[in-house]
Amino acid sequence: MIEFTLWDIIRNLLLAARWTILLSAVAFAGGIVVGLLILFLRISKRRWVKRFAEYYIGLFQGTPLLMQLFLLFFGLPLLGLRIEPWTAAVLGLTLCASAFLAEIWRGGVEAVPVGQWDAGSSLGLHYISQMRLIILPQAFTMTRAPTVGFLVQLIKSTALTSIIGFEELVRTSNAINNATFEPFKVYGFVALIYFALCFPLTRYAKMLELRALKH
Amino acid sequence: MGYVLDFGWLKDAVFLIANGATMTLFLIAVSAVAGIVLSILGAAARRSRHAVLRQLIGGYVELVRNTPFLVQLFFIFFGLPSLGIRLDPVVAAILAMTLNMTAYTTEIVGAGLDAVHKGQREAALALGLKPRQVFVKIVLPQALKVIYPALTSQIVIMMLESAVVSQIAVRELTYEADMLQARTFRAFETYFVITLVYLGMSIGLRRLLVAGGNRFLPGGVR
Repeated sequence: MIEFTLWDIIRNLLLAARWTILLSAVAFAGGIVVGLLILFLRISKRRWVKRFAEYYIGLFQGTPLLMQLFLLFFGLPLLGLRIEPWTAAVLGLTLCASAFLAEIWRGGVEAVPVGQWDAGSSLGLHYISQMRLIILPQAFTMTRAPTVGFLVQLIKSTALTSIIGFEELVRTSNAINNATFEPFKVYGFVALIYFALCFPLTRYAKMLELRALKH
Repeated sequence: MGYVLDFGWLKDAVFLIANGATMTLFLIAVSAVAGIVLSILGAAARRSRHAVLRQLIGGYVELVRNTPFLVQLFFIFFGLPSLGIRLDPVVAAILAMTLNMTAYTTEIVGAGLDAVHKGQREAALALGLKPRQVFVKIVLPQALKVIYPALTSQIVIMMLESAVVSQIAVRELTYEADMLQARTFRAFETYFVITLVYLGMSIGLRRLLVAGGNRFLPGGVR
């Protein structure tokens, strides 16, 4: 039997935390890209396009993330795609993040005064340029606090990927716990690591919120 | 493509799915009520004169809001027995959900309390009401009205998040799905059906709460 010292436990947990961070970063980046696409659909003037985006967002916000992960993990192989836990985890979190981010940014876009759109079109800008140069920069500035807030939620959500077998912080802690029988210590440390990742971001979001209130 | 979707197992599974859904609803009902009651106390205490109490509650809220629910659940279910506190899975699930819920709703209720105009409190005190009466009869009802939509969202989010308690073998909806797919080998179809059940439950629960709010809150939900 291998003896686990306290340092072994902490070291292994910190090594596993790298995967939590990587997964969060990749899913957040992917969520931004796909979320932008969904945002464009959501604010489209065509009713069925808008309706599609509404259903997309409603679906991801109205079902448990765990179910979304299971559906991808068991569903994609049916389409003939070989799928690893990592792929299902990235894909699931990306799609889920895209729905939440699109909804957050939509609030920002709708808060931009109509005059800004009018000014853009009177300058002869077409739709994409109006969005890129005038509307989106303002919408993103307004929604910076909830976007960072969602990143915190995303980091916490990566814990669920342990259930479909992705080897991140929680899955590693389960294994360590099975070897050491010290759940109090192990899960306590895991909680502290998540806290160390999330708390600075929470504070940052709070600061952005207060700054936005001052303007 | 050789795979054909098969939902033939469904008619034998309806009873199990209904059982699981009932357990999920039971869990969220208990933890929502307990969580909201506790968070009213928490939010009031966070605005009290006792600095230690304020900091304790602030620390609790930050700790819960910055760690995953799954880790909190494992800590309570696997970690507490080493302190001699051994909990039944259902009790552990309710405890974890309530503690998690309380942290979020303490913030929400607090925002509602802050949103009530100071003049309301002063007017009530001037009419000779005791501070506790002022809080219960004047400030709290107005605060609850303001935050009702946010509370509704939080309850729905918590219900969706409760899918994780299947991991400590609480026989709720996700647990039944895990069992079903292990028996039928129809994992995709099983989770597809269960996902739809969750979707229906979250839409239904939201409607129910909004209808309840319109019925019982003066002036209805905005």
